Amino acid sequence: MTTNDIINPANLVYAKPSVLNDVPMHYCPGCTHGVIHKLIGEIIGEMGFQEKTIGIAPVGCAVFAYKYLDIDWQQAAHGRAPALATAVKRLLPDRLVFTYQGDGDLAAIGTAETIHACNRGENIAIIFINNGIYGMTGGQMAPTTLHGMKSSTSPNGRTVPLNGYPLDITKLLAQLDGTCYVTRQSAHTVASVRKTKKAIQKAFENSMLGKGTSIVEVVSTCNSGWKLSPADSNTWMVENMFPAYPLGDLKDI
Amino acid sequence: MNNKKKDTEEVRLMKGNEAIAHAAIRCGCDGYFGYPITPQSEIMETLMELEPWNTTGMVVLQAESETASINMVYGGAGCGKKSMTSSSSPGVSLMQEGISYLAGAELPAVIVNVMRGGPGLGTIQPSQADYFQTVKGGGHGDYKMITLAPASVQEMADHTVMAFDLAFKYLTPVMILADGVIGQMMEKVVLPPFQPRLTEEEIKIKCPWATLGKPANRKPNYIYSLQLEAEEMEDLNLRLQSRYRTIEKNEVLFEEFDCEDAEYLIVAFGTSARVCQKAVEMARAQGIKAGLLRPITLFPFPTEQISHYANQTKGMLTVEMSAGQMVEDVRLAVNGRVPVEFYGRMGGIVPSPDDVFEALKKLIVK
Amino acid sequence: MAKVKGAIVVNVERCKGCNLCVVACPSKVLLLNNEANSKGYNYSYMADPDSCVGCSACAYVCPDACITVYRVKL
Repeated sequence: MTTNDIINPANLVYAKPSVLNDVPMHYCPGCTHGVIHKLIGEIIGEMGFQEKTIGIAPVGCAVFAYKYLDIDWQQAAHGRAPALATAVKRLLPDRLVFTYQGDGDLAAIGTAETIHACNRGENIAIIFINNGIYGMTGGQMAPTTLHGMKSSTSPNGRTVPLNGYPLDITKLLAQLDGTCYVTRQSAHTVASVRKTKKAIQKAFENSMLGKGTSIVEVVSTCNSGWKLSPADSNTWMVENMFPAYPLGDLKDI
Repeated sequence: MNNKKKDTEEVRLMKGNEAIAHAAIRCGCDGYFGYPITPQSEIMETLMELEPWNTTGMVVLQAESETASINMVYGGAGCGKKSMTSSSSPGVSLMQEGISYLAGAELPAVIVNVMRGGPGLGTIQPSQADYFQTVKGGGHGDYKMITLAPASVQEMADHTVMAFDLAFKYLTPVMILADGVIGQMMEKVVLPPFQPRLTEEEIKIKCPWATLGKPANRKPNYIYSLQLEAEEMEDLNLRLQSRYRTIEKNEVLFEEFDCEDAEYLIVAFGTSARVCQKAVEMARAQGIKAGLLRPITLFPFPTEQISHYANQTKGMLTVEMSAGQMVEDVRLAVNGRVPVEFYGRMGGIVPSPDDVFEALKKLIVK
Repeated sequence: MAKVKGAIVVNVERCKGCNLCVVACPSKVLLLNNEANSKGYNYSYMADPDSCVGCSACAYVCPDACITVYRVKL
């Protein structure tokens, strides 16, 4: 059987989800954002929720998320996505409302909005992309930047006296009574992509069941910011990010 | 300033802040998001006591900050919902980012500022010192905000209804710029009639841009203000500016007292205008032909009307509870044809009619 | 002889040549092409199509959703 014989709609096992638009994404080659966008597109399609979903895009690399997923979107001011999501979900309680935020957006400028939305138990899902760096503005230090990690504003590596400690905000959010599901995943292998998909689907289901706030942190790479190849970034992430941000469920009730 | 309502209507006695809360519920507001600050806290307190979520279904939420409140308003407005917040000067400073985003995303929203004295934490006493912040654009970028200046408890109620109508007509944030006196004082008020909240089907027709979830037969709706291409950014700028010119043409509101034969014109808004009305009566009693023009909309400003009076009067006096802010717009309207003087008090002090009358005699009637 | 046989189609214009699919493929099917697409990216292709089992590993990790996977049972 030749390759051309196999390439037949009857034999299709994997394709770009229809909710993900055909336009090319602006992300750098190898960027984790693309994988997560694809998963969100798959889940919304499989749940049949395209008509019921409102996404809240952040400021940061994912600012253009609204161009890539074929759903209604609001683009928030930097860090304010959980405030927007709060209002949208309260005014449209039967909708699926999720935010998509990076570590600078969620854990620095938007810390107050994040913590209070979670503490109120808003019935929203928060997708949190943690790559330890500000990608969009050119690789500056984020609250999640690791000890000794180089960035354009910590060119000799992050030090505690100057910059304080890396912020494990997900652990903090798991302490809040308003959160129902807090998990940390990755998307660098087939198995991890599958687990992250399950996690995001559960977060979306929780939003619809009114169980409280769900947070899915995805420990991610920013190979441009880290100045490594995509494959080397994955290795670096496993060796350096995972010890500081260990994978697994932090809370599931 | 006159409460000329039909005898058959129920007259209530309440604070200006309370009137805003009642009017919001009655005009079909969908969501209020706020943070406590004196002297406007009664707005949210009244809403929480009235529990409109049990009657009209209106959402009322105390947010963690003014930053969160204004962004909740953005979220609600993006869904085509009648969304509002209220605060006082320091809190409104914190909201400027969100107001700029509302303007950039062309979203309808109502913001109430019950002004207190500043700068900084300032005082909880009344002030009108946020005129510049409001009408000149306190946030970044080229935008304008329709600004209503109530001068009575009745207008606090009426302007709430009007603000939503204007916000949705022009897809722009609208500010109700009151001060601590109007917010705190009790007066007679006839509340607006109940209007039901819009259904989602009605919103879909009225606000086809609203993010309510994307049906298969339409393209997705995006609420955003990001324009990386210079030409696209300028297109938005031009569209907004053209809308502001339309607003200037259609929506100017003002009130006049004894202006027809006035030789001396006082220009004042809000609480200052109430004081000045008495000062005009005192002047008239002494044979001085004084009049009062009270701008009700601060943007759009009654430039034409003030310009018209520059041809008929010998001088003008602008009275404000500030160091003199609106006076600059009066001078622009007059363009040097007659002297425009200023009298104001700051720090939360409300000028008395005697003060204003003395200022009128000293500065203008020389 | 393998019990399943697979094939992939790469959306050449969408591919950014990040190489993650090449690394992920357990059967060493994929390589980056010496040819570049219109954006200058060396897109991925099946260098050894006979070894493909249609496991979809490449597609799962692809950040640009540019890989479509087909599989048949023999």
